[in-house]
Amino acid sequence: MSTASPRLRKALLGSFAIIGATAFTLVGCSGGGGGGTSAPESFEFLKNSENTTTQPVLDALASGACATQNEALPLEFSSMPQAELDSQIQLLASQGGLPPVFSAGGNPAEGAKLADADVLVDFDSALTDLGVRDKIAPGAVSTIEKLYGGGFNFLPFQYNIEGIWYNTQIFEENGWEVPETWDELLTIADEAKAAGLTPLSASGEQGWPITRLLSTYIFRTLGPDAMQKVADGEAKLTDPEYVEAAAAIADLGAKGYFGDNVTSLDIDGSYNLFLTGQSPMIYMGSWILGNINSEDNQVGAENMSFFPFPAVEGGAGSIDQYPSNVGLPATFSKAAYSDDVSSWLGCIAENYGNEALEQGQITGFVTDVDADLPEISQKVADTIAESTDSVLWFEALFPAKASQISSTSAALLVTGQLTPEQFMTTVQDAIDNP
Amino acid sequence: MKAVLGDRKAIILLLTPALLVYTLIMLAPVLWSLGLTFFTGNPLMGFEFNGIDNFTRLFSDAAVWDAFWFTVRYAVLVTLLQVVLGYGLALLYNFVLRKSSVVVRTLVFFPVVLPTVAVSLLYQKVFQSAPEDGLVNELLVNVGLGSVDWLGAGGTAFVVIVIMDVWRSVGFYGILIFSGLLDIPDEVIESSRLDGASGFRLIRHIIIPMSLPILFASIIFSINGTIKVFDSVFALTGGGPGSSTTPLTLYMYRTAFQYSDYGYGSTIALLLTMMCLVVTLFIFRSSRRDVTA
Repeated sequence: MSTASPRLRKALLGSFAIIGATAFTLVGCSGGGGGGTSAPESFEFLKNSENTTTQPVLDALASGACATQNEALPLEFSSMPQAELDSQIQLLASQGGLPPVFSAGGNPAEGAKLADADVLVDFDSALTDLGVRDKIAPGAVSTIEKLYGGGFNFLPFQYNIEGIWYNTQIFEENGWEVPETWDELLTIADEAKAAGLTPLSASGEQGWPITRLLSTYIFRTLGPDAMQKVADGEAKLTDPEYVEAAAAIADLGAKGYFGDNVTSLDIDGSYNLFLTGQSPMIYMGSWILGNINSEDNQVGAENMSFFPFPAVEGGAGSIDQYPSNVGLPATFSKAAYSDDVSSWLGCIAENYGNEALEQGQITGFVTDVDADLPEISQKVADTIAESTDSVLWFEALFPAKASQISSTSAALLVTGQLTPEQFMTTVQDAIDNP
Repeated sequence: MKAVLGDRKAIILLLTPALLVYTLIMLAPVLWSLGLTFFTGNPLMGFEFNGIDNFTRLFSDAAVWDAFWFTVRYAVLVTLLQVVLGYGLALLYNFVLRKSSVVVRTLVFFPVVLPTVAVSLLYQKVFQSAPEDGLVNELLVNVGLGSVDWLGAGGTAFVVIVIMDVWRSVGFYGILIFSGLLDIPDEVIESSRLDGASGFRLIRHIIIPMSLPILFASIIFSINGTIKVFDSVFALTGGGPGSSTTPLTLYMYRTAFQYSDYGYGSTIALLLTMMCLVVTLFIFRSSRRDVTA
């Protein structure tokens, strides 16, 4: 402004300088956890929208076994898409505005960050104080501790094991036996392809159904601590044994075992291929029981069963190491942990397992009733009870960036757009430079 | 009136509320973000000063430069198509359709008012290939060619994104440039027609030079919008298979909010700002040259 007086210009310049300096100091002083402990007015549960299994059980508890707790502090739900959940929870945590209960830890590294920032309730001491510590299944607790940096800060509202779900009718018609080795699985897949089926249903759009195959193959060949070694830096994904595993999975894609257009197949499409009989096999976790036992299952739940991911001959792992997880768990905010909330926690620990079982769900809470489960669900429940060692999954111990890159690049691996070396290098780079 | 607006103190008094709001809402966050480029961290874990580490990382990060070139390719191609096709539409409205252009104008403008996410979902279905073929693949199969997994590879996904964004916005540019063409006096067109100019020569020698201001305005609009593309790409491919359709804005968003590094995210934002600044200055410089010529 050539017409402005020098005084005005100096004043403007001065104020801008002050603003700039303030900005720097603001940035420097901000950060760290937020304060504020006010007792919550409702038992608010912020969950991920994709979770449809926890709400019905809690609603049943609120009108049944936990009615007194619900009177004191009414149950309320709010939801958020899973993809935005982690960043939103971090934001709330930094403002001190976390709700009493919320879903978190979809990416275990991010969940561990919340635990480190000391905003979560320590369930080990909280449940012991309430006298209900033994109501959580030890297997679930050990999975949680493996995932979230050693502490028991998340609750196993779901407890899932993973393996291959198969169509018993199609297997019988073709004379296939349940495969116990990788080579037997490949033979079946080959014959299924020749018969015009999509041998293995997997969602390339989601990515993780493919990387699950990769990690379980790695655990079978290199032993159950193979991914922990990568997380600790003792091994790299670019080591030849790991690349060989990626090559084995890429090979499945090259032979067409995932069908055409696997890259764009979304999770519902993938489920449908299995539930309508176009695919004889699908690798999935036991949350698929909900779909199998529903009316959408055109094949019929009685024509479906489950076998563990086969062993690889000469590998260091064994077939009874089941990949297991606790889904996207929920946790309690330390700042909002009032007496009413604590009372709710005790009631949930005692009754959630039973109520969920009656609704056909298998959780990490101990049950003491015998429910009439469908045969396939009973088989899963028995397998969980008998399993001695569990393994995690590919992205379990990765930081957020590596997890993102791994799931978005998985489909490229099986369609040949990335070579196994390139895929492993990209993911390893993201692990090294988060 | 002149007494009020002539008095400097009155001006400052009247401007201060708006200036205050503008400073707080627009300038302060920009400066804050600028400050963040020298830090690393996020609100939960706190911020740590790390000097120019973010900048050295920026220059060696392959992902940033992939995203940068994707943004450049997208911006150039979509701007070109938007302005050229918009110009063609405007000529159509002005010279061919004239009075009856109202209906066509409205229909072509309609996609502009649709929400970008809705359009992205629409195109996902139209170009679908799994579990069943969408419209485009059905067409290809019926003609005898095979179906294509459009959103399955970076190259074809880019084609879909460009088609989608051009379809959605070409109506706007048509109307914008049409308003500029209306300003051309009819006598000039008449007299040049009498002199024997017609069709392409008329367009090239008379109409384009006279509509240059509006053309520059639409190019600026278009480039600014396309460099900052986010929602349509995010809703259609989420960054594409791998990161092959990730523009700079999406990479910046991911870095800051998903990978929890606000510092590095701010550095990428600075890169984006510099890019927009350079492009805008370049266009202003060339437009100024024209006006004084």
